[in-house]
Amino acid sequence: MQDSAIQVIFRGKNLLRLFQGLWVTIELSMIAILISILLGFVFGILMTSRFKWIRGICRFYLEFIRIMPQLVLLFIVYFGFARTFNINFSGEMAAIIVFSMWGTAEMGDLVRGALTSLPRHQIESGLAIGLNQKQLYWYVIFPQILRQLIPQAVNLMTRMVKTTSLIVLIGVVEVVKVGQQIIEANRLTVPSSAIWIYGLIFFMYFAVCFPISRLSIYLESKWKE
Amino acid sequence: MVLNWEFIERSLPLYQDAFFITLKLAFLGIIGATILGLLIAIIKIKKIPILSQLSQLYIELSRNTPLLIQLYFLYFGLPKIGIILSSEVCAVSGLIFLGGSYMAESFRSGLEAVSKTQYEIGLSIGLSPIKNMIYVILPQAFAVALPSFAANVIFLIKETSVFSIVAIADLMYVAKDLIGIYYETDEALLLLVLSYLIILLPVSIVFTVIERRLRYAGFGNSSHLSGQEST
Repeated sequence: MQDSAIQVIFRGKNLLRLFQGLWVTIELSMIAILISILLGFVFGILMTSRFKWIRGICRFYLEFIRIMPQLVLLFIVYFGFARTFNINFSGEMAAIIVFSMWGTAEMGDLVRGALTSLPRHQIESGLAIGLNQKQLYWYVIFPQILRQLIPQAVNLMTRMVKTTSLIVLIGVVEVVKVGQQIIEANRLTVPSSAIWIYGLIFFMYFAVCFPISRLSIYLESKWKE
Repeated sequence: MVLNWEFIERSLPLYQDAFFITLKLAFLGIIGATILGLLIAIIKIKKIPILSQLSQLYIELSRNTPLLIQLYFLYFGLPKIGIILSSEVCAVSGLIFLGGSYMAESFRSGLEAVSKTQYEIGLSIGLSPIKNMIYVILPQAFAVALPSFAANVIFLIKETSVFSIVAIADLMYVAKDLIGIYYETDEALLLLVLSYLIILLPVSIVFTVIERRLRYAGFGNSSHLSGQEST
Protein backbone atom coordinates (compact mmCIF):
# COMPACT_ATOMS: atom_id res chain seq x y z
CA MET A 1 0.00 0.00 0.00
CA GLN A 2 2.85 2.34 0.86
CA ASP A 3 4.34 1.65 -2.56
CA SER A 4 1.29 2.74 -4.45
CA ALA A 5 0.98 5.85 -2.30
CA ILE A 6 4.42 7.08 -3.27
CA GLN A 7 3.69 6.30 -6.92
CA VAL A 8 1.03 9.01 -6.98
CA ILE A 9 3.84 11.54 -7.17
CA PHE A 10 5.18 10.01 -10.38
CA ARG A 11 1.85 9.18 -11.98
CA GLY A 12 1.00 11.14 -15.14
CA LYS A 13 2.19 14.73 -15.04
CA ASN A 14 1.91 15.05 -11.27
CA LEU A 15 5.56 15.71 -10.55
CA LEU A 16 5.83 18.19 -13.41
CA ARG A 17 2.72 20.00 -12.18
CA LEU A 18 4.15 20.24 -8.68
CA PHE A 19 7.33 21.77 -10.05
CA GLN A 20 5.29 24.23 -12.11
CA GLY A 21 3.45 25.15 -8.93
CA LEU A 22 6.74 25.66 -7.13
CA TRP A 23 7.91 27.86 -9.99
CA VAL A 24 4.90 30.17 -9.47
CA THR A 25 6.06 30.70 -5.89
CA ILE A 26 9.66 31.28 -6.91
CA GLU A 27 8.70 33.61 -9.76
CA LEU A 28 6.52 35.77 -7.53
CA SER A 29 9.18 36.01 -4.84
CA MET A 30 11.82 36.90 -7.45
CA ILE A 31 9.70 39.75 -8.81
CA ALA A 32 8.96 40.95 -5.29
CA ILE A 33 12.61 40.80 -4.22
CA LEU A 34 13.76 42.75 -7.29
CA ILE A 35 11.22 45.50 -6.63
CA SER A 36 12.13 45.43 -2.93
CA ILE A 37 15.84 45.87 -3.59
CA LEU A 38 15.29 48.80 -5.95
CA LEU A 39 12.74 50.58 -3.77
CA GLY A 40 14.61 49.52 -0.63
CA PHE A 41 17.59 51.64 -1.66
CA VAL A 42 15.34 54.67 -2.12
CA PHE A 43 13.59 53.95 1.17
CA GLY A 44 16.86 53.45 3.00
CA ILE A 45 18.22 56.76 1.72
CA LEU A 46 14.98 58.48 2.74
CA MET A 47 15.36 56.98 6.23
CA THR A 48 18.68 58.78 6.62
CA SER A 49 17.19 62.06 5.39
CA ARG A 50 18.03 65.35 7.11
CA PHE A 51 14.37 66.15 7.54
CA LYS A 52 12.77 64.87 10.68
CA TRP A 53 9.28 64.52 9.22
CA ILE A 54 10.51 62.31 6.34
CA ARG A 55 12.30 60.09 8.83
CA GLY A 56 9.16 60.04 10.96
CA ILE A 57 6.93 58.91 8.10
CA CYS A 58 9.43 56.23 7.07
CA ARG A 59 9.70 55.01 10.64
CA PHE A 60 5.93 54.74 10.94
CA TYR A 61 5.68 52.81 7.67
CA LEU A 62 8.46 50.43 8.70
CA GLU A 63 7.01 49.75 12.14
CA PHE A 64 3.50 49.21 10.80
CA ILE A 65 4.65 46.77 8.11
CA ARG A 66 6.87 44.97 10.59
CA ILE A 67 4.28 44.55 13.29
CA MET A 68 1.46 43.30 11.02
CA PRO A 69 1.47 39.63 10.03
CA GLN A 70 2.01 39.40 6.27
CA LEU A 71 -1.22 37.47 5.93
CA VAL A 72 -3.14 40.43 7.36
CA LEU A 73 -1.50 42.72 4.79
CA LEU A 74 -2.44 40.27 2.05
CA PHE A 75 -6.06 40.29 3.21
CA ILE A 76 -6.11 44.09 3.31
CA VAL A 77 -4.85 44.39 -0.26
CA TYR A 78 -6.79 41.44 -1.66
CA PHE A 79 -10.15 41.84 0.07
CA GLY A 80 -10.05 45.38 1.43
CA PHE A 81 -9.10 47.15 -1.79
CA ALA A 82 -11.78 45.32 -3.76
CA ARG A 83 -14.48 46.48 -1.35
CA THR A 84 -13.35 50.01 -0.55
CA PHE A 85 -11.79 51.28 -3.78
CA ASN A 86 -13.36 48.79 -6.16
CA ILE A 87 -9.91 47.72 -7.33
CA ASN A 88 -9.84 43.98 -7.96
CA PHE A 89 -6.32 42.69 -7.85
CA SER A 90 -5.64 39.14 -8.92
CA GLY A 91 -4.09 37.00 -6.21
CA GLU A 92 -0.70 37.22 -7.92
CA MET A 93 -0.86 41.01 -8.18
CA ALA A 94 -1.90 41.37 -4.53
CA ALA A 95 0.97 39.10 -3.54
CA ILE A 96 3.52 41.14 -5.51
CA ILE A 97 2.21 44.40 -3.99
CA VAL A 98 2.26 43.12 -0.42
CA PHE A 99 5.60 41.35 -0.59
CA SER A 100 7.19 44.34 -2.33
CA MET A 101 5.84 46.65 0.39
CA TRP A 102 7.15 44.34 3.07
CA GLY A 103 10.46 43.71 1.29
CA THR A 104 10.99 47.44 0.70
CA ALA A 105 10.56 48.11 4.40
CA GLU A 106 12.97 45.34 5.40
CA MET A 107 15.51 46.15 2.69
CA GLY A 108 15.25 49.85 3.48
CA ASP A 109 16.12 49.16 7.10
CA LEU A 110 19.14 47.13 5.99
CA VAL A 111 20.27 49.97 3.69
CA ARG A 112 19.77 52.46 6.52
CA GLY A 113 21.87 50.29 8.82
CA ALA A 114 24.63 50.02 6.23
CA LEU A 115 24.56 53.76 5.50
CA THR A 116 24.78 54.78 9.15
CA SER A 117 27.60 52.31 9.83
CA LEU A 118 29.70 53.89 7.09
CA PRO A 119 32.35 56.12 8.67
CA ARG A 120 31.38 59.79 8.46
CA HIS A 121 34.75 60.81 7.02
CA GLN A 122 34.10 58.81 3.85
CA ILE A 123 31.21 61.10 2.98
CA GLU A 124 33.10 64.20 4.04
CA SER A 125 36.13 63.23 1.97
CA GLY A 126 33.88 62.64 -1.03
CA LEU A 127 32.33 66.07 -0.64
CA ALA A 128 35.75 67.63 -0.09
CA ILE A 129 37.04 66.46 -3.46
CA GLY A 130 34.03 68.10 -5.08
CA LEU A 131 31.69 65.20 -5.84
CA ASN A 132 28.01 66.04 -6.15
CA GLN A 133 25.34 64.01 -4.33
CA LYS A 134 24.86 61.56 -7.21
CA GLN A 135 28.56 60.94 -7.67
CA LEU A 136 29.00 60.65 -3.92
CA TYR A 137 26.46 57.82 -3.68
CA TRP A 138 27.55 56.14 -6.90
CA TYR A 139 31.34 56.16 -6.43
CA VAL A 140 31.87 56.36 -2.70
CA ILE A 141 28.92 55.07 -0.69
CA PHE A 142 27.34 52.23 -2.70
CA PRO A 143 30.54 50.29 -3.46
CA GLN A 144 31.34 50.24 0.24
CA ILE A 145 27.95 49.26 1.61
CA LEU A 146 27.32 46.54 -1.00
CA ARG A 147 29.59 44.05 0.78
CA GLN A 148 27.51 44.35 3.89
CA LEU A 149 24.20 44.45 2.04
CA ILE A 150 24.46 41.54 -0.40
CA PRO A 151 24.54 38.75 2.22
CA GLN A 152 21.62 40.38 4.06
CA ALA A 153 19.66 40.77 0.82
CA VAL A 154 20.25 37.10 0.01
CA ASN A 155 18.98 36.21 3.46
CA LEU A 156 15.91 38.35 2.86
CA MET A 157 15.34 36.28 -0.27
CA THR A 158 14.89 33.05 1.73
CA ARG A 159 12.44 34.83 4.01
CA MET A 160 10.61 36.07 0.92
CA VAL A 161 10.33 32.55 -0.56
CA LYS A 162 9.08 31.18 2.76
CA THR A 163 6.56 33.97 3.21
CA THR A 164 5.30 33.56 -0.34
CA SER A 165 3.83 30.21 0.70
CA LEU A 166 0.97 32.26 2.18
CA ILE A 167 -0.42 33.09 -1.27
CA VAL A 168 -2.31 29.81 -1.39
CA LEU A 169 -4.66 31.39 1.15
CA ILE A 170 -5.70 34.14 -1.25
CA GLY A 171 -6.41 31.70 -4.05
CA VAL A 172 -3.22 31.64 -6.12
CA VAL A 173 -2.63 28.24 -7.70
CA GLU A 174 0.86 27.35 -6.56
CA VAL A 175 2.60 24.24 -5.27
CA VAL A 176 0.34 23.64 -2.25
CA LYS A 177 -2.81 24.11 -4.31
CA VAL A 178 -1.52 21.71 -6.99
CA GLY A 179 -0.67 19.26 -4.21
CA GLN A 180 -4.20 19.52 -2.84
CA GLN A 181 -5.64 18.93 -6.31
CA ILE A 182 -3.54 15.79 -6.72
CA ILE A 183 -4.56 14.54 -3.28
CA GLU A 184 -8.23 15.16 -4.03
CA ALA A 185 -8.00 13.47 -7.42
CA ASN A 186 -6.54 10.36 -5.81
CA ARG A 187 -8.61 10.46 -2.63
CA LEU A 188 -10.54 7.26 -3.43
CA THR A 189 -7.82 5.14 -5.03
CA VAL A 190 -4.85 6.19 -2.88
CA PRO A 191 -6.15 7.63 0.40
CA SER A 192 -2.71 7.97 1.98
CA SER A 193 -1.17 10.12 -0.75
CA ALA A 194 -1.35 13.27 1.45
CA ILE A 195 1.68 12.33 3.52
CA TRP A 196 3.86 11.90 0.43
CA ILE A 197 2.62 14.99 -1.36
CA TYR A 198 2.96 17.29 1.66
CA GLY A 199 6.26 15.66 2.54
CA LEU A 200 7.52 16.33 -0.98
CA ILE A 201 6.36 19.96 -0.85
CA PHE A 202 8.12 20.34 2.50
CA PHE A 203 11.39 19.16 0.94
CA MET A 204 10.84 21.26 -2.17
CA TYR A 205 10.79 24.39 -0.03
CA PHE A 206 13.80 23.12 1.84
CA ALA A 207 15.66 22.45 -1.42
CA VAL A 208 14.99 26.01 -2.57
CA CYS A 209 15.72 27.84 0.68
CA PHE A 210 18.66 25.84 2.02
CA PRO A 211 21.17 26.73 -0.76
CA ILE A 212 20.16 30.39 -0.61
CA SER A 213 20.64 30.65 3.16
CA ARG A 214 23.97 28.79 2.87
CA LEU A 215 25.06 31.29 0.22
CA SER A 216 24.13 34.13 2.54
CA ILE A 217 26.20 32.68 5.40
CA TYR A 218 29.10 32.00 3.03
CA LEU A 219 29.11 35.54 1.62
CA GLU A 220 28.86 37.04 5.08
CA SER A 221 31.86 35.13 6.42
CA LYS A 222 33.84 35.73 3.22
CA TRP A 223 33.34 39.50 3.15
CA LYS A 224 33.74 40.11 6.85
CA GLU A 225 36.82 42.23 7.33
CA MET B 1 -15.71 55.03 3.77
CA VAL B 2 -18.49 54.82 6.32
CA LEU B 3 -18.13 52.20 8.99
CA ASN B 4 -21.03 50.07 10.04
CA TRP B 5 -20.75 50.54 13.80
CA GLU B 6 -23.63 48.26 14.58
CA PHE B 7 -21.85 45.44 12.74
CA ILE B 8 -18.64 46.15 14.61
CA GLU B 9 -20.46 46.00 17.90
CA ARG B 10 -22.06 42.70 16.98
CA SER B 11 -18.82 41.06 15.86
CA LEU B 12 -16.70 42.24 18.78
CA PRO B 13 -17.46 39.14 20.93
CA LEU B 14 -16.28 36.90 18.07
CA TYR B 15 -13.01 38.80 17.91
CA GLN B 16 -12.70 38.64 21.67
CA ASP B 17 -12.88 34.83 21.65
CA ALA B 18 -10.46 34.60 18.74
CA PHE B 19 -8.14 37.07 20.45
CA PHE B 20 -7.74 34.81 23.46
CA ILE B 21 -7.33 31.69 21.32
CA THR B 22 -4.53 33.39 19.37
CA LEU B 23 -2.96 34.61 22.60
CA LYS B 24 -3.18 31.21 24.30
CA LEU B 25 -1.68 29.26 21.40
CA ALA B 26 1.05 31.85 20.84
CA PHE B 27 1.91 31.76 24.54
CA LEU B 28 2.13 27.95 24.66
CA GLY B 29 4.13 27.88 21.43
CA ILE B 30 6.60 30.50 22.62
CA ILE B 31 7.12 28.77 25.98
CA GLY B 32 7.71 25.46 24.18
CA ALA B 33 10.00 27.02 21.60
CA THR B 34 12.03 28.72 24.33
CA ILE B 35 12.56 25.45 26.22
CA LEU B 36 13.40 23.53 23.03
CA GLY B 37 15.67 26.32 21.85
CA LEU B 38 17.52 26.42 25.15
CA LEU B 39 18.08 22.65 25.13
CA ILE B 40 19.34 22.71 21.55
CA ALA B 41 21.60 25.68 22.22
CA ILE B 42 23.17 23.86 25.20
CA ILE B 43 23.54 20.66 23.14
CA LYS B 44 25.30 22.61 20.39
CA ILE B 45 27.50 24.62 22.70
CA LYS B 46 28.59 21.50 24.62
CA LYS B 47 29.11 19.67 21.29
CA ILE B 48 27.40 16.50 22.52
CA PRO B 49 28.03 13.90 19.78
CA ILE B 50 25.11 12.67 17.61
CA LEU B 51 22.61 14.95 19.41
CA SER B 52 24.57 17.92 18.16
CA GLN B 53 24.42 16.75 14.53
CA LEU B 54 20.72 15.95 14.86
CA SER B 55 20.13 19.42 16.25
CA GLN B 56 21.91 20.96 13.29
CA LEU B 57 19.73 18.94 10.91
CA TYR B 58 16.62 20.06 12.78
CA ILE B 59 17.69 23.71 12.69
CA GLU B 60 18.26 23.61 8.94
CA LEU B 61 14.94 21.87 8.27
CA SER B 62 13.00 24.20 10.50
CA ARG B 63 14.58 27.44 9.33
CA ASN B 64 14.32 26.69 5.63
CA THR B 65 10.66 25.72 5.42
CA PRO B 66 7.57 27.87 6.01
CA LEU B 67 5.25 27.23 8.98
CA LEU B 68 2.33 26.88 6.58
CA ILE B 69 3.90 23.82 4.93
CA GLN B 70 4.93 22.35 8.29
CA LEU B 71 1.33 22.65 9.49
CA TYR B 72 -0.08 21.09 6.31
CA PHE B 73 2.25 18.15 6.82
CA LEU B 74 1.36 17.77 10.50
CA TYR B 75 -2.38 18.19 10.08
CA PHE B 76 -3.12 16.55 6.72
CA GLY B 77 -0.07 14.34 6.15
CA LEU B 78 0.55 12.62 9.47
CA PRO B 79 -2.99 11.20 9.96
CA LYS B 80 -2.37 9.05 6.88
CA ILE B 81 0.22 7.06 8.79
CA GLY B 82 -1.96 6.88 11.88
CA ILE B 83 -0.75 9.89 13.84
CA ILE B 84 -3.83 12.00 14.43
CA LEU B 85 -3.29 15.27 16.25
CA SER B 86 -5.98 17.73 17.28
CA SER B 87 -5.95 21.21 15.76
CA GLU B 88 -4.55 22.82 18.88
CA VAL B 89 -1.79 20.25 19.34
CA CYS B 90 -0.92 20.61 15.67
CA ALA B 91 -0.77 24.38 15.82
CA VAL B 92 1.30 24.52 19.00
CA SER B 93 3.71 21.79 17.93
CA GLY B 94 4.12 23.48 14.55
CA LEU B 95 4.96 26.74 16.27
CA ILE B 96 7.40 24.97 18.60
CA PHE B 97 9.03 23.21 15.64
CA LEU B 98 9.46 26.51 13.84
CA GLY B 99 10.37 28.63 16.86
CA GLY B 100 12.78 26.15 18.46
CA SER B 101 15.44 26.72 15.83
CA TYR B 102 15.15 30.52 15.96
CA MET B 103 15.36 30.47 19.76
CA ALA B 104 18.29 28.05 19.61
CA GLU B 105 20.28 30.40 17.37
CA SER B 106 19.49 33.30 19.67
CA PHE B 107 20.54 31.49 22.85
CA ARG B 108 23.60 30.04 21.18
CA SER B 109 24.92 33.49 20.35
CA GLY B 110 24.17 34.48 23.95
CA LEU B 111 25.99 31.47 25.38
CA GLU B 112 28.96 32.03 23.09
CA ALA B 113 29.24 35.59 24.37
CA VAL B 114 29.79 34.40 27.96
CA SER B 115 33.51 34.10 28.43
CA LYS B 116 35.07 30.74 29.08
CA THR B 117 36.56 31.85 32.38
CA GLN B 118 33.04 32.22 33.76
CA TYR B 119 32.46 28.47 33.38
CA GLU B 120 35.77 27.72 35.08
CA ILE B 121 35.26 30.17 37.93
CA GLY B 122 31.81 28.77 38.64
CA LEU B 123 33.15 25.24 38.79
CA SER B 124 36.14 26.26 40.88
CA ILE B 125 33.98 27.72 43.65
CA GLY B 126 32.28 24.35 43.85
CA LEU B 127 29.07 24.77 41.90
CA SER B 128 27.77 21.67 40.17
CA PRO B 129 27.71 21.94 36.36
CA ILE B 130 23.91 22.35 36.41
CA LYS B 131 23.95 25.02 39.14
CA ASN B 132 26.77 26.73 37.32
CA MET B 133 24.61 26.84 34.20
CA ILE B 134 21.54 28.16 36.02
CA TYR B 135 23.13 30.75 38.32
CA VAL B 136 26.22 31.88 36.43
CA ILE B 137 26.02 31.26 32.71
CA LEU B 138 22.37 31.56 31.72
CA PRO B 139 21.67 34.97 33.30
CA GLN B 140 24.61 36.45 31.43
CA ALA B 141 23.76 34.65 28.20
CA PHE B 142 20.15 35.73 28.38
CA ALA B 143 21.09 39.38 28.67
CA VAL B 144 23.00 39.15 25.40
CA ALA B 145 20.30 37.06 23.70
CA LEU B 146 17.44 39.35 24.72
CA PRO B 147 17.17 41.53 21.58
CA SER B 148 17.02 38.53 19.25
CA PHE B 149 14.76 36.70 21.72
CA ALA B 150 12.35 39.64 21.58
CA ALA B 151 12.43 39.65 17.78
CA ASN B 152 11.65 35.92 17.81
CA VAL B 153 8.71 36.35 20.18
CA ILE B 154 7.16 38.97 17.91
CA PHE B 155 7.90 36.85 14.84
CA LEU B 156 6.22 33.81 16.40
CA ILE B 157 3.12 35.77 17.41
CA LYS B 158 2.85 37.00 13.84
CA GLU B 159 3.25 33.47 12.51
CA THR B 160 0.15 32.34 14.45
CA SER B 161 -1.86 34.07 11.71
CA VAL B 162 -1.65 30.92 9.55
CA PHE B 163 -3.30 28.75 12.23
CA SER B 164 -6.67 29.12 10.52
CA ILE B 165 -5.64 26.46 7.97
CA VAL B 166 -5.70 23.76 10.64
CA ALA B 167 -9.26 24.74 11.59
CA ILE B 168 -8.50 26.96 14.55
CA ALA B 169 -10.90 29.86 15.03
CA ASP B 170 -8.19 32.48 15.45
CA LEU B 171 -8.34 36.14 14.41
CA MET B 172 -7.67 35.48 10.71
CA TYR B 173 -10.35 32.81 10.67
CA VAL B 174 -12.98 35.11 12.19
CA ALA B 175 -12.08 37.94 9.82
CA LYS B 176 -12.25 35.68 6.78
CA ASP B 177 -15.56 34.25 7.97
CA LEU B 178 -17.12 37.68 8.45
CA ILE B 179 -15.90 38.84 5.05
CA GLY B 180 -17.34 35.73 3.46
CA ILE B 181 -20.73 35.86 5.20
CA TYR B 182 -21.56 39.58 5.48
CA TYR B 183 -19.18 41.24 2.97
CA GLU B 184 -18.47 43.90 5.61
CA THR B 185 -14.83 43.78 4.56
CA ASP B 186 -13.66 47.14 5.92
CA GLU B 187 -15.04 46.55 9.38
CA ALA B 188 -13.74 42.99 9.58
CA LEU B 189 -10.25 44.02 8.44
CA LEU B 190 -10.17 47.06 10.73
CA LEU B 191 -10.97 44.90 13.75
CA LEU B 192 -8.37 42.38 12.60
CA VAL B 193 -5.64 45.02 12.37
CA LEU B 194 -6.63 46.51 15.73
CA SER B 195 -6.60 43.09 17.40
CA TYR B 196 -3.08 42.34 16.21
CA LEU B 197 -1.96 45.82 17.26
CA ILE B 198 -3.40 45.25 20.74
CA ILE B 199 -1.36 42.06 21.05
CA LEU B 200 1.86 43.11 19.35
CA LEU B 201 2.35 46.78 20.28
CA PRO B 202 2.59 46.21 24.06
CA VAL B 203 4.94 43.24 23.51
CA SER B 204 7.14 45.35 21.28
CA ILE B 205 7.14 48.30 23.70
CA VAL B 206 7.81 46.16 26.79
CA PHE B 207 10.81 44.52 25.16
CA THR B 208 12.19 47.87 24.02
CA VAL B 209 11.94 49.19 27.59
CA ILE B 210 13.60 46.09 29.02
CA GLU B 211 16.38 46.24 26.46
CA ARG B 212 17.09 49.85 27.40
CA ARG B 213 17.19 49.10 31.10
CA LEU B 214 19.26 45.97 30.78
CA ARG B 215 22.83 46.01 32.00
CA TYR B 216 25.27 43.57 30.51
CA ALA B 217 27.56 41.65 32.76
CA GLY B 218 30.78 41.72 30.83
CA PHE B 219 33.07 39.83 33.17
CA GLY B 220 36.32 38.87 31.53
CA ASN B 221 35.02 39.58 28.05
CA SER B 222 35.78 42.69 26.09
CA SER B 223 33.28 42.26 23.27
CA HIS B 224 30.21 41.37 25.31
CA LEU B 225 28.10 44.18 23.93
CA SER B 226 28.25 43.02 20.34
CA GLY B 227 27.14 39.55 21.40
CA GLN B 228 29.99 37.97 19.53
CA GLU B 229 32.88 35.87 20.59
CA SER B 230 36.11 37.77 20.87
CA THR B 231 38.61 36.59 18.35
